[in-house]
Amino acid sequence: MKSRKVNDERRSFLKVSALAGGGFILGFPWLLGCEGDVVAEETTLAHPTNWYDLTAYLKIGDTGLVTIMSPNPEIGQNVKTAMPMIVAEELEVDWKNVNVEQAPFDETKFERQVAGGSQSIRKSWTALRTAGATAKQILVEAAAKQWGVPVGECSVAKGIVSHPSHEALHYGQLAASLVDVEIPKNIKLKDPKDFSIIGKGKMNVDMEGIVTGKALFGIDQAMDALVAMVKRPDGFGMKLKSFDAEATKAVSGVEDVFSFEDKIAVIAKNTWAAMKGLKMLKAEYYPEVELADSTSINKQLLAALNTKSNEPKRNDGDVDAMFSQAEQIVERSYEAPFLPHNPLEPMNFYAHITDEKVELSGPIQTPAWTRNRVAELLERPKEQITIDMTRMGGGFGRRLYGNYVLELAQIADKIRKPVKIMYSREDEMMTGPFRPASAYTFKAALNKIKITAYHLTGAGVNMSNACRENNFPAGTLSHYRVDSHNIESNIPTGAWRAPITNFLAYAEQAFFDEIAEILEKDPIDVRLDLLYAAKDNPVGELDYEIDKMIGVIQLARLKSGWDNAMGKHLGFSVYYSHNTYVAEVAEVVMSEGYPRVTRVCCAVDCGLVVNPLGAINQIEGGIIDGIGHAMYGDLAFEKGRAMQQNFHQYRMIRIDEVPEIDVHFVESLNDPTGLGEPTLPPAGGAVANAIFKATGKRLYKQPFEKELGILG
Amino acid sequence: MGKYTIQVNGKSQEIEVDNDTPLLWVLRDELKLCGTKFGCGIAQCGACTVHLDGQAVRSCSIPIESIKNKEITTIEGLDPNGKHPLQEAWRKHDVPQCGYCQAGQIMTAATLVKENKKPTSKEIDNHMKGNLCRCGSYPKIKQAILSINK
Repeated sequence: MKSRKVNDERRSFLKVSALAGGGFILGFPWLLGCEGDVVAEETTLAHPTNWYDLTAYLKIGDTGLVTIMSPNPEIGQNVKTAMPMIVAEELEVDWKNVNVEQAPFDETKFERQVAGGSQSIRKSWTALRTAGATAKQILVEAAAKQWGVPVGECSVAKGIVSHPSHEALHYGQLAASLVDVEIPKNIKLKDPKDFSIIGKGKMNVDMEGIVTGKALFGIDQAMDALVAMVKRPDGFGMKLKSFDAEATKAVSGVEDVFSFEDKIAVIAKNTWAAMKGLKMLKAEYYPEVELADSTSINKQLLAALNTKSNEPKRNDGDVDAMFSQAEQIVERSYEAPFLPHNPLEPMNFYAHITDEKVELSGPIQTPAWTRNRVAELLERPKEQITIDMTRMGGGFGRRLYGNYVLELAQIADKIRKPVKIMYSREDEMMTGPFRPASAYTFKAALNKIKITAYHLTGAGVNMSNACRENNFPAGTLSHYRVDSHNIESNIPTGAWRAPITNFLAYAEQAFFDEIAEILEKDPIDVRLDLLYAAKDNPVGELDYEIDKMIGVIQLARLKSGWDNAMGKHLGFSVYYSHNTYVAEVAEVVMSEGYPRVTRVCCAVDCGLVVNPLGAINQIEGGIIDGIGHAMYGDLAFEKGRAMQQNFHQYRMIRIDEVPEIDVHFVESLNDPTGLGEPTLPPAGGAVANAIFKATGKRLYKQPFEKELGILG
Repeated sequence: MGKYTIQVNGKSQEIEVDNDTPLLWVLRDELKLCGTKFGCGIAQCGACTVHLDGQAVRSCSIPIESIKNKEITTIEGLDPNGKHPLQEAWRKHDVPQCGYCQAGQIMTAATLVKENKKPTSKEIDNHMKGNLCRCGSYPKIKQAILSINK
């Protein structure tokens, strides 16, 4: 197989299209992909001999087969299917003739190669469409030129260009004939009403490898490389005093033991030898600073809630005046523990460092950040560093932080042989960064019928802002204030799926449920009354659109049967995050004295749904993640050390605890928004509010399981 | 170190490893069968599930010295063409999200549907609850298992 080089004229086109993330790529190996609908339709086109590159996003084989590069890291959010679908849509090809490959990290060819913030589709929407449409236009223009007819007389469907008086040509034939391509101007994108790939469920493009056990993940690559495992200080704030590696070195397969920073690396021929060697290490540590523990952190968080900051995040009207004349004041506080991310594939990465280059490969949500840190750490020019991205066995925010790659870089720089770092589950749960512990106090002044003032105070560990001050109910209340406090700690914290809102949303929505109870109103009506009143004239700036929020609330109300739920224990919650609106109604049934979540009805406004199959997976996954961690997630520190270290001590939601979930989309032709995170935040509130209906107990702390234990 | 002859996916394999090496690491590091995954190392998550004489077991916690002549089946050997009814159901229902736990899920489910052609939702729960899915693909896993033999 060979790949033809593009000529200079085409280069100039490619440069221009770099605005849309263009560029060109040569010489990728042909991989047999998996394409098609839920039941995959197989292509009938022959295996190409030559490939022609048309922008960084795609290449066309001489038989008409197309390879589309998926630019962003794949952590299970299925962008590797959805992003190429968008390119294919505008390119006008048959999805069954599309093969998908993971693009390498390359800033000269792609933009924002990040898996984070649920932004892959939203931020690349136009670039992906433009890439497909540009290539289509080049090919149609080439056909028109060959036939000597106006472009407007040509039509294109399923990768074939037609004209009434000429024999149709497929993209492969046209790509092969390309010379001196003019840079197409005024690229025309399709009317979303005409989409035929977008909006149709497409099977995960890595399905074949997943169900047959092919090497797809970071952990599956470089199976002959050395394995490095690392012993880290036994608590944050501890320093390494000394270590004894004699027993470790006696383990067969262990090749080397050395310290770096305050860590000890064990290098072995295989994973088991590294694990055994690590266990045999004897190390002594001393505390350099005061060691953190969860009890004292929680005290600090709660103390912070009693103070007003000098710089409120938002301050509409005069809450103090309203509180001083209020008929009734309701004040409630909510507390959240630290959490580990626990993607099922433990951290790992591959490196081979020589004088000439730094080759890196593995699971990472932020290749650019990681490459830059490695360059600084090793004092190597960025150009010498390459990163290949493997499929990831989950991310949830954990792999935004390349701390494991930085450890590996130091190890690989020292040993100068191909080497893979491996984390054990214990390493995974104890190393962090962690979802920060946080606490919130909500205070509302009420008259007989409504809220007259509202004050939210948040505090979190290493959180620059523990609140989302321009989110609901901002804009619906004349007197509204938000304060945020940061509690600093040497426990590393970071983004965890739906950062901040993964807990804040529950606290807020549980508080609104209590307000409704006190006002003797329907919980949905309490929210809707505020939104309708503010609809045409909201107070101040808002991050969300009131109409869209009303839309998902009404849809969830209708589809869940909220208004005909006599005898059922339903809980409602609604939240806006990652540009997406989600309302959820959870149903709880008492079983042997214990509340069980049996059903969740979910209404989502995420704009246009690119891949309904993948979208539903993300929605269900987010809800289950939200319920699981609200119910069970709990990690505590003692003497700077995480006390939950593996799954026997850290409970995760299992199949028998999962509700039935029904999903309803708001029909929309708006540009797509995020989906990997937004269904998680409302889940905890919906469940807490349903549990209240079933048990009469309000839940103020996560995990709920602990709170419910008291109910016993 | 010891020399062992083990039966994997219908083939006889000779290996030389430490006697306490878990089957998981023999499969992955020695035989390069990487479909079987490492998740926890203490038999709590199910990512490493394989069949030993037809029974679903956690390969991370079974030392090689205890395997003897038992027939080992991994995801790579579940069906020679990758067309086991569960694999087909997984495709049809687009079950995986990240996909990392799915080989273990399929291997666990395979022992259920072998014994029980039409498991109920509750039977699926009981049989499958030892297998974690961090992404929450549980509803799809259940739908896929329920769909076979229909």
